[in-house]
Amino acid sequence: MAVVTATETGVRPSRAGRRPSIPGWVGTVPFLAYVGVFLLLPAGIVIVDALKNSSGGWQFSAITELGNPLVRGYFIGSLKLCVITSVSGAVFGAILAYAVASGNPDGVVRRMYLAGSGVLAQSGGITLAFAFQALLGPVGLLFHASWFYDFPWGISLIYAYFQIPLMVLVFMPAIDGLKVQWREASENLGASAWQYWRHVGGPLLAPAFLGSTLLLFANGLSAFATIEAWESQVAYTVPQQISISLSSEVGLSNINYADVLALGMMIMVVVIMTGYALLQRRASRWLR
Amino acid sequence: MAKLIAAAKKEGTLNVIALPPTWANYGNIIKAFTTKYGIKVNSANPDGTSQQEVNAIKQENGTAAAPDVVDVGQAVALVNTTLFAPYEVSTWTSIPATQKQSSGLWYEDYGGYMAVGYSSKFGTITSLNQLLGPKFKNAVALNGNPTSANAALNGVMMANLAEGGTAGSIAKGVAFFHKLKTAGNFSPVSATGASIKAGTTPVVFNWDYLNLPTYVGVSNWKVFVPSNAVLGGYYAQAINKNAPHPAAARLWEEFLYSQGAGGGQNLWLQGGARPVEEAAMTSGKTIDAAAAAKLPPVSGTPVFLTQAQNTAAANYLAANWAKAIG
Amino acid sequence: MAAIASLGESGLATPAERPRGMQVRRRRRLNVFRYLVFTVFGLFFLLPLLATARFSLEGNRLGSWSLAAWKEIATYKGPPPLLPAIEIQLELAVATCVVVLVLLVPTMVWIRLRVQWISRVFEFLCLLPLTIPAIILVVGLAPIYNFIRHYQLSALTLFFAYVILALPYAYRALSAGLNAIDVTTISEAARSLGASWFTVIARVIVPNMGQAILNAMVLASALVLGEFTVAYLLLYNNLPVELFSISRNTPNASVIFSTSLASLLFAFALLLILSYAGRRRHRGRG
Repeated sequence: MAVVTATETGVRPSRAGRRPSIPGWVGTVPFLAYVGVFLLLPAGIVIVDALKNSSGGWQFSAITELGNPLVRGYFIGSLKLCVITSVSGAVFGAILAYAVASGNPDGVVRRMYLAGSGVLAQSGGITLAFAFQALLGPVGLLFHASWFYDFPWGISLIYAYFQIPLMVLVFMPAIDGLKVQWREASENLGASAWQYWRHVGGPLLAPAFLGSTLLLFANGLSAFATIEAWESQVAYTVPQQISISLSSEVGLSNINYADVLALGMMIMVVVIMTGYALLQRRASRWLR
Repeated sequence: MAKLIAAAKKEGTLNVIALPPTWANYGNIIKAFTTKYGIKVNSANPDGTSQQEVNAIKQENGTAAAPDVVDVGQAVALVNTTLFAPYEVSTWTSIPATQKQSSGLWYEDYGGYMAVGYSSKFGTITSLNQLLGPKFKNAVALNGNPTSANAALNGVMMANLAEGGTAGSIAKGVAFFHKLKTAGNFSPVSATGASIKAGTTPVVFNWDYLNLPTYVGVSNWKVFVPSNAVLGGYYAQAINKNAPHPAAARLWEEFLYSQGAGGGQNLWLQGGARPVEEAAMTSGKTIDAAAAAKLPPVSGTPVFLTQAQNTAAANYLAANWAKAIG
Repeated sequence: MAAIASLGESGLATPAERPRGMQVRRRRRLNVFRYLVFTVFGLFFLLPLLATARFSLEGNRLGSWSLAAWKEIATYKGPPPLLPAIEIQLELAVATCVVVLVLLVPTMVWIRLRVQWISRVFEFLCLLPLTIPAIILVVGLAPIYNFIRHYQLSALTLFFAYVILALPYAYRALSAGLNAIDVTTISEAARSLGASWFTVIARVIVPNMGQAILNAMVLASALVLGEFTVAYLLLYNNLPVELFSISRNTPNASVIFSTSLASLLFAFALLLILSYAGRRRHRGRG
């Protein structure tokens, strides 16, 4: 390890003696403390609520709710939507990011794309759904897309509007990290553009690409204002059903059910992240 | 009363929730209250549902931002009485006995009948079956999702009654919307002012006071209530047991139930809603006759859903709505 | 560079000519690609914005034009008034950015250098906020905010929650930047030259992550400037909530479009200014 190497060469800063006595994870304490209070505590409250029945006793039968076919349908709907929008958003976003990154690093175009992507990445909700309805809906300004109200196609198009800019923003630093020398070296050795991307650029970018795709997936998962405004008559995704369970005024409100669904979402993400971790290990194998 | 006004003025603020300004004239009601008593009104979450109002009471309990009063649908009021403080306004006897809770935990305030509002480009609609015709492609919308929104559930129930169903079973209503969907006439978008203006939802099932041209914002808007399906619904007022401003809350209720020319009941009437003290005010001649005359005409006996019928409808919808519409 | 050039020299006619010819052709192809991409995506992003703008200029009848929806914003007196809400929004953005960077950058560097085994857990924690829908998060946050509320009712306390919401985005941008530099080597080099940890982070690593940090700040600021749901459900009054109230307080349905567009333009202008705070870069592109 690098630490040992430095010792062996005899070049030691005067503070060296203090270092090994503090265990590494202590440095992560400030972060863990903050996240503990403002994230884990609320998440914990939700989980505990999911496992309690209305009189306050523990009730693990709530978990079996997750096996209910109706509930499975919500999760499959969410999964379909998130996979489609994250993969397509990642691919198109990567292309756009490359186009922006390959320009003048101090230029106006890059800055405008940066600012624009920032704004659009966080857009969404009623106005976005409405704008698309105005363009492609039944009285569309452009044309009437008969698939506009089909799940998941219409809503995927709308989601792409903020997934792609998000990808641009989180992936561009990785593209910036591709040193121009590597490209020139590969060309000098006779590689074509395709070979460069296949053997050098692609593998180098793969970990960041996977990570960004994961972010896009999670981003699409909990969004619900947009899909509610797109159509609100059928709950296709988990957040829509959670919203109904929390705010239904016809007596179908069930906070416990909403908490169980939220718990299901967290479990789903744990599963996805495990698969992602395995993929990452493989993708960055040769980098270690 | 004078002591109440003094105490409320001392508190100086009132927290209300889920009161859209264009819903039953609430914008003017809030302004009139502030002008009359000088009490500032904080109106939070104007688009909230009744359930969210109750959630806010529970979540914000003990803080200065908790709602003082709520205006909720019948179903929500009935199951949350433990959150309310009993109070009887000075005009208590003018409220019909069936429209208030006996110990004063909640009391109905205004209501209307479920109607179909539509753009005049469709001519005149006299029967719901006309909506199945080809010129209504992608046109018919509800106000929300029936498994979640009170107005939407009543919309389906009204169709149910018009199709020959009874208040006890909403099956025919769901079947009607299924027919609409198969004909390609059902719009999955929730009707809002913006969607109506843009022409996305030119036919809307909604309470008659929410189908006024002034509320909808479009001048060529017509309304009709089917003669064989007069479905009524009233909302209810309640005071938060742990209200941060208890005196202001009670003064607000007094204002809402006052029968004078600038009082709450007449202001609601001007918003197209029927005030709960309508009968007493008509005989006592305190009602705003001009506004009363503008209400859409209804023939036939009005039906009001009981708690049991509401629950049965909600359960049926929970099991069958997605299948019928999806 | 010299070593690589010499490798190529051996078999080439004129080493200077061949790479340059290739480079010119490649540059031309690249430019065509770029302009194509910009046009296609530009259209995709502009059209809905144009549709929103068209609706914001809609009059009372479909097809007419009117500035009424924009005038509503300009003449809005409150309550509560617009200017303090804008101030609070800016303060929230700054506070969130600062806290996110201070929390994330040192921790991420530390993890990469000393405690790599934690990195997966860390990544999961940074992704968790996105998996919890805002409406549920509010249910869990409400008790904590009630506790804070007893001391402070200003919307500024929202930044505690905003930092959490910005975590996933900032983490991903910073991670991409951190991956691109060889952290272990340069930090060890700096340490062996006698630098303290603070110097290593502040003066060696951070300057190399300039673009990533800028992107993270852009994401965090954009999030704060547009965040609506949590503030709305916790009954606070920030700029988007205010704009939403304006749109509900007028019977003119076009106001929701003008307020959204106004909010977007405001955020865009701010982020553009922010992007000029980014460091100058001297590298070419490949």
